[in-house]
Amino acid sequence: MTAEIGHYALVLALALAFVQATVPLFGAHTHDRVLMAVAGPTAVAQFAFVSLAFFSLVSCYVQSDFSVINVFENSHSAKPLIYKITGVWGNHEGSMLLWVLILSLFGALVAGFGRNLPIRLKATVLSVQSLIAVAFDLFILLTSNPFLRIHHPPLEGRDLNPILQDPGLAIHPPLLYVGYVGLSIAFSFAVAALIEGRIDAAWARWVRPWTLLAWIFLTLGIAMGSYWAYYTLGWGGWWFWDPVENASFMPWLAATALLHSALVLEKRDALKVWSILLAVLAFSLSLIGTFLVRSGVLTSVHAFANDPRRGIFILAILVLFIGGSLILFAWRAPLIRRGGLFSPISREGALVLNNLFLICACATVFVGTLYPLMLEAITGEKISVGAPFFNATFGPLFVPVLIAVPFGPLLAWKRGDLLGVAQRLLWAFAAAVLAMAAVFSIQHGGPVLAPFAIGLAFFVMMGAFIAIVERAGFLRLPFATALARARGLPRSAWGTALAHFALGVILLGIMCETQWAVERVEQLTPGQSIAIAGYDLAFDGLSTRAGSNYEDLVAHFTVRRGGELIGTMQPAKRSFPSRATTVNESALLTRGFSQLYLAIGDVQPGSSTAVRLYYKPLVLLIWLGALIMAFGGALSLSDRRLRVGAPVPARTRAVLAPAE
Amino acid sequence: MTRKQRRLSLIASAAVVLAIAVALVLNALRDSIVFFNSPTDLIAKHAKAGERMRLGGLVKEGTVSRGDNLMVRFDITDGTSTVPVVYRGLLPDLFREGQGVVAEGALDGTGAFRADTVLAKHDESYMPKEVADALKKQGHWKTSNGSSGQGGPQ
Repeated sequence: MTAEIGHYALVLALALAFVQATVPLFGAHTHDRVLMAVAGPTAVAQFAFVSLAFFSLVSCYVQSDFSVINVFENSHSAKPLIYKITGVWGNHEGSMLLWVLILSLFGALVAGFGRNLPIRLKATVLSVQSLIAVAFDLFILLTSNPFLRIHHPPLEGRDLNPILQDPGLAIHPPLLYVGYVGLSIAFSFAVAALIEGRIDAAWARWVRPWTLLAWIFLTLGIAMGSYWAYYTLGWGGWWFWDPVENASFMPWLAATALLHSALVLEKRDALKVWSILLAVLAFSLSLIGTFLVRSGVLTSVHAFANDPRRGIFILAILVLFIGGSLILFAWRAPLIRRGGLFSPISREGALVLNNLFLICACATVFVGTLYPLMLEAITGEKISVGAPFFNATFGPLFVPVLIAVPFGPLLAWKRGDLLGVAQRLLWAFAAAVLAMAAVFSIQHGGPVLAPFAIGLAFFVMMGAFIAIVERAGFLRLPFATALARARGLPRSAWGTALAHFALGVILLGIMCETQWAVERVEQLTPGQSIAIAGYDLAFDGLSTRAGSNYEDLVAHFTVRRGGELIGTMQPAKRSFPSRATTVNESALLTRGFSQLYLAIGDVQPGSSTAVRLYYKPLVLLIWLGALIMAFGGALSLSDRRLRVGAPVPARTRAVLAPAE
Repeated sequence: MTRKQRRLSLIASAAVVLAIAVALVLNALRDSIVFFNSPTDLIAKHAKAGERMRLGGLVKEGTVSRGDNLMVRFDITDGTSTVPVVYRGLLPDLFREGQGVVAEGALDGTGAFRADTVLAKHDESYMPKEVADALKKQGHWKTSNGSSGQGGPQ
């Protein structure tokens, strides 16, 4: 019964989505308040029904109801409860249902929090949002229905792909999806602005918090995915420029650009058309990401789906939404009044520069991701575009962004003083030079670029610190006054500083890891030991350990440094009899921000074991930086100014609406 | 600056950044992409020694031999042609005889492919043969994919 309830609830949600996509839009067109008011309740009801569908599926998984094909294919009765639940989105059908759940959640949130939105804008936004829901509900029901049954139910399921049975999977996809799908709100607002033919600072004040929310989750999702790949895949890499990673990184870049351009729109009433285009672009990239991952055009670590019908359906959705919104953009954008003026050297100018480089960097990732697919489709030639391509393109384009970051917040709006800002950044330059000198003095014969990159990282971190010092006036005012002013700074200022600081932290982590990581690959027998970066690892032997639905072959290592016992490491090979597969469970030993990383390979007769050992200096800074960045975003989101939105202009217009 | 000058400076800087991006991309596409070949392609192309590429196919049954110091030799086949591969290091978990594999590296002078990276094709829908047969009987099996989400009740 449960599966049927879920199926039925999803069909009802589709019907509601259809109503919500049409009636309020028509109402907005004819100025009919009653029709426009349909949007809010349907959005909430739609969310309720999609939730019902989703939790029905979860319940099928928890009960191990193998008469449902989806459960049979991706679950196993012996699986721990947590993986029974996370298995719901560890497969194509379930993850699409999660996608739609989050989509409808955002619709309901706009309906709930959007009380002070102009009624026409709200109706149009919710209609557009629901149009996306119609497309994806249909996609699920027609091509990827998770509620289908098997006639003769098997006794046992085929289990979830072992590599996905990991706590990382429990959180990575939902985080990422909240980010991906959250950008749909920015898209809906952009399309609504185009339909209405106008856009103002209040629009930006509405779009920015939603984009910020999506961006925070996207940041966390990407970082989580990266850490998961790092400890799961067993070769110590944390970013592979894999098309699926790029699929989440491109919307992140576009959303970052949008956050910055919306700031200009909000404060200075400029960059209107550009901000709309970015909002359309950001969600389009999310859709392209969904297409890449869900259509099966890629064969990569993450590709689950393999059905061409699905690919064509998503491609149709893609063409409809991206093509449609761009046509609408071309048609309506000229109606939008041109915005304010600013000099090239100004806060606006810096933000434009940021946008230019971010979008170009995003475009290079786009080319690198899609070029192999295009080439294969056209010529049949198969190529792989890997890290060397992205290092040679994305890297050089991102460096100017990093150099500009400390300048941006210190420049004045409208007309800035570059020299004055450079003077105020003196300490940041000093920190950079100091760091560079330090690296040069300890490094012997390494890559020349590394010290510069480290210097840049310190420049960015110090620059973020100076932005706060300057705003609070620590150098000009008595300390107590400055401290009070620092406390009184808007949270968004702290958020900005933290996010920018985090950029430096991430860069520092990346550079240390890529330049100074040490790798040892060896064959060891029990009793032997292996040394790396001052640590000695003694191989004590192998043992087996039974888990709920797997068995581990564990290698025991004792770690010493200068004779002193530090800890033990127990990498394992985990075999899953239900899938006849083995996955690697690497062992990590954290020392400050650095890690020892140990994975085992084949075991030969006589317990001779292949071992891969890394020392990864400061590697944790990469993910710590991402956490700081997301925290900065959250702090900014909690800023009163953003939370309240723009009540005054919005309310006046809401009152005026019927007279239009 | 007048409005026109400001707009021009904006457009000019955008054009410069874009040109840099295009130049970087074209340059990188020339230098840093790697072609994918099957053993048959590799032999038909008379690939030069030292030219970096990816070689993909199945690990031929019974050809995996391990030497000292983590040396591994195996043959990659596509049914028609076979290329011997030499690799030193840890093999991925999903590497096994008869399964798909992609090796990245270059041919050495002797006609062997010297790989520095070996990737096992990660097939989520891999399943034991018995289960596949059972599914076929039920009509839920599609030859194009392992995960037959589309079976549906009949």
